Amino acid sequence: MAQTVETHTGETLERPLGLRGVAADFSSDQRAFKNVSWGKAMMWIFLLSDTFIFGCFLVAYMTARMSTTVAWPNPSEVFALTIGGQEIPLILIAIMTFVLISSSGTMAMAVNFGYRRDRRTTAILMLLTAVLGATFVGMQAFEWSKLIAEGVRPWENPWGAAQFGSTFFMITGFHGTHVTIGVIFLLIVARKVWRGDFDTERRGFFTSRKGNYEVVEIMGLYWHFVDLVWVFIFAFFYLW
Amino acid sequence: MTQVATHAQMPAKEQHQQHPIRLYLVVWGFLFILSACSYFVDYAGLHGYLRWSLILLFMVLKAGLIIAIFMHMAWERLALVYAVLLPPVLVLVFVALMMSEANYTALSRMTFFGASP
Repeated sequence: MAQTVETHTGETLERPLGLRGVAADFSSDQRAFKNVSWGKAMMWIFLLSDTFIFGCFLVAYMTARMSTTVAWPNPSEVFALTIGGQEIPLILIAIMTFVLISSSGTMAMAVNFGYRRDRRTTAILMLLTAVLGATFVGMQAFEWSKLIAEGVRPWENPWGAAQFGSTFFMITGFHGTHVTIGVIFLLIVARKVWRGDFDTERRGFFTSRKGNYEVVEIMGLYWHFVDLVWVFIFAFFYLW
Repeated sequence: MTQVATHAQMPAKEQHQQHPIRLYLVVWGFLFILSACSYFVDYAGLHGYLRWSLILLFMVLKAGLIIAIFMHMAWERLALVYAVLLPPVLVLVFVALMMSEANYTALSRMTFFGASP
């Protein structure tokens, strides 16, 4: 039963304003992010590394699209759906965007209710977020199978530059994987919230540490990040 | 007894992000409007610099709202904000490098393979 003793110097010391404060935090002993828990700081650092991964994917896509001499397929037409005999451009992607934004909204509310210690509402909102996330993945599966049926492969497609297929499968596939992992993560945390783990300070199965409602916020950071990445994919891959 | 004591100290040592529900609903609404706007850019079939600048504008606004409000970056300590938000700016340097590289590749392809973009 080793207990770690944390020292909290953040509140006792006066912090200079602005950049001087940042320099003071970074040059202080032991702990740079004074009032930020290790869990949240680590999630942010993980998200930062993930930013670079998606950044590299999007830069690779930009390079491929700029350097090819073959015309790039028009995403507006490729992702159009015929609904009621009318061809609507990019409609599926638009619906997916709205679904993901809605899930971000419910997640933000879940974090809020978590800190109010309203565990029922928190768990329900998290489950709703998970359902919306799963809907997003389902629509992506539909989109993938539709494109595969139309003959899109990582090495060729019927409309133009061959790199279209490889970048599409790579970027949306990686994003979809993130959403799937997020849904699983959501279900696990929602179960903990529902059971009241954070009220009774039950120790975690894996880490043997007591959790608190900040876990919901950290989960939320991951989920909002997934939505954030989609904002960039939507802008650069589907709309550009 | 110690349990109670640690509980009472909790809000003091680790800042909790507690904001009114209304704020989240307003941001949610703005995200919907911005998404609808960026979809409209495609639906209306805008082209050229107008299209690209509008796409970038709506993208940056959406990303900013998500990071600042939903991810609570607006209320975090400045050291964390700088540690997280400054490094991705370097990706822009990478973008600039790869743009010149891609232009060179395209130019070589056009010169030596006689294809036109």
